[in-house]
Amino acid sequence: MTKKKHLLVFILPFGLLFAAFYVAPIGYAIKQSLYKVTRTGTFGPAHEVFGGLEQYQRVFENGPFWESVGRVLLFGLVQVPVMLGLALLLALLLDSGLVKGRRFFRLAFFVPYAVPGVVAAIMWGFLYSPNLSPFTAVTKNWDLLSADLVLWAMANVVTWVYVGYNMLIIYSALLAIPQEVYEAAKIDGAGPLRTAWSIKIPLVMPAIVLTTVFSIIGTLQLLAEPQVFRTFSSAVSSTYTPNLTVYSTSSIPNFNLAAAFSVVLALATFALSFTFLKFTQRGADK
Amino acid sequence: MKSKTAAMAIMGLSTLYFLVPIWWLFVGATKSRGDFSSTAPLWFADFNLGQNLHELVSYRDGVFLRWMLNSILYTGGAALLGTVLAAMCGYALAKYRFRGRELIFNIVLGGVLVPATALALPLFLIFSQLNATNTFWSVFLPSLVNPFGVYLARIYATASVPEELLEAARLDGSGEVRTFFKISTKLMFPALVTIFLFHFVAVWNNFLLPLIMLGNERLFPVTLGLYSWNTQVNQLPELRMLVLTGALVSILPLVAAFLLLQRFWRSGLGSGAVK
Repeated sequence: MTKKKHLLVFILPFGLLFAAFYVAPIGYAIKQSLYKVTRTGTFGPAHEVFGGLEQYQRVFENGPFWESVGRVLLFGLVQVPVMLGLALLLALLLDSGLVKGRRFFRLAFFVPYAVPGVVAAIMWGFLYSPNLSPFTAVTKNWDLLSADLVLWAMANVVTWVYVGYNMLIIYSALLAIPQEVYEAAKIDGAGPLRTAWSIKIPLVMPAIVLTTVFSIIGTLQLLAEPQVFRTFSSAVSSTYTPNLTVYSTSSIPNFNLAAAFSVVLALATFALSFTFLKFTQRGADK
Repeated sequence: MKSKTAAMAIMGLSTLYFLVPIWWLFVGATKSRGDFSSTAPLWFADFNLGQNLHELVSYRDGVFLRWMLNSILYTGGAALLGTVLAAMCGYALAKYRFRGRELIFNIVLGGVLVPATALALPLFLIFSQLNATNTFWSVFLPSLVNPFGVYLARIYATASVPEELLEAARLDGSGEVRTFFKISTKLMFPALVTIFLFHFVAVWNNFLLPLIMLGNERLFPVTLGLYSWNTQVNQLPELRMLVLTGALVSILPLVAAFLLLQRFWRSGLGSGAVK
């Protein structure tokens, strides 16, 4: 009995908040997504009635929404490997013994992570503007805020913010590799490149998997950057990313449809991250 | 020798990539509005930072200072309290055997994979049923929950708190909760700082929740405040310098926190990512 009591003290505070602000909203969103608003006559009072899967049918018929899903998937397919590749390269270099001033570089690369996404997007929005940018050689020849390039302009903002953070996770994993492993490699005559490829990268794979999952979740949630870029570029519509669609649908307001968008998005994110985790685990078992 | 030069070249270029935008922001914030668009963007003109700061904090009755204070309350408060709660839960999941332990852990782990933005809209609907939107609590309370912190705390507690020590404390007659706060938290301290920083950054960056919840400008966190100014720049051009100066000021607390806590930050991260 006494054993139970301290368990409650430990678990209940978090558990209650988790139930109230994580589980309940998910349940509520699912419930809302199954309802619809109807009116008796054109001007009659609105009331909610059970609509079954009607909202979901609308979600699946909604062209702009699926376009936005395709857009963030394309974004993720390019941006996540570039960002994590850069993070891995920088972490390996920091760990290689070829670099002097490691402390300085580690900090310098990490500073952008202290910049909130909104502020980073505002900053880069100015930096991309042809009449304010210090990079006139670039902005004169390419309009980074045009419909063709604005997606990649945003990819650069996200990369800029998160490379250092991902690098630090991978670098920490590299530091945790015991020295004996390297000595064995040295005896076998492995050079630094060979050591990096055959020993370091496989050993930090769990860290890379973790950062990939977080990046996938982050990509599908893309919101602050496109929301800010709407003030800089007319190419970013109110349905540019799935989350912008949720936001603009809820400000119509059509909460039932917005809830259905939220549920589909959460499920898709969950499924993608989960599949990736399972996929990499199976690869590791072989 | 050749590979050393190449390595340093890559590091140098990367440093430029990461730091030039911040340098630009700093230089920009020291200029007057006229100089900002007419002088070289990466070097100083007349030093006008004091004037800009003065305008920033006095604009609309000092609403910017209010935003900074809000951000610190939302973020610092939620991260501090949230870390304690996550640590307690994760610690219990690591150190006690009881029925439903794995189930609870798996549910929490599922929570890690649920995108926070998917929760913002239903949270708004729930809070509006209670007539509690547009309040401090509507942003603060949901920000307390950090499932990833529970996950990390469980890993760290398993790794850093030995069973024998807990047994010894029990023999000395120390209660479980007391043991946690007096002994275990000390052993887990670097890990707790890591959880705190993760949580701090997550709340600091959360944009959709305050965007959906808050209508009253006086309750905005600084990110939402700067965003709202930035959307008005086209109508009110004088806001541009305030946005820039405000952006610079808004990143200082986090940079300071990182510099002060980076020792813990790194050591804690390592043990979390490897497992």
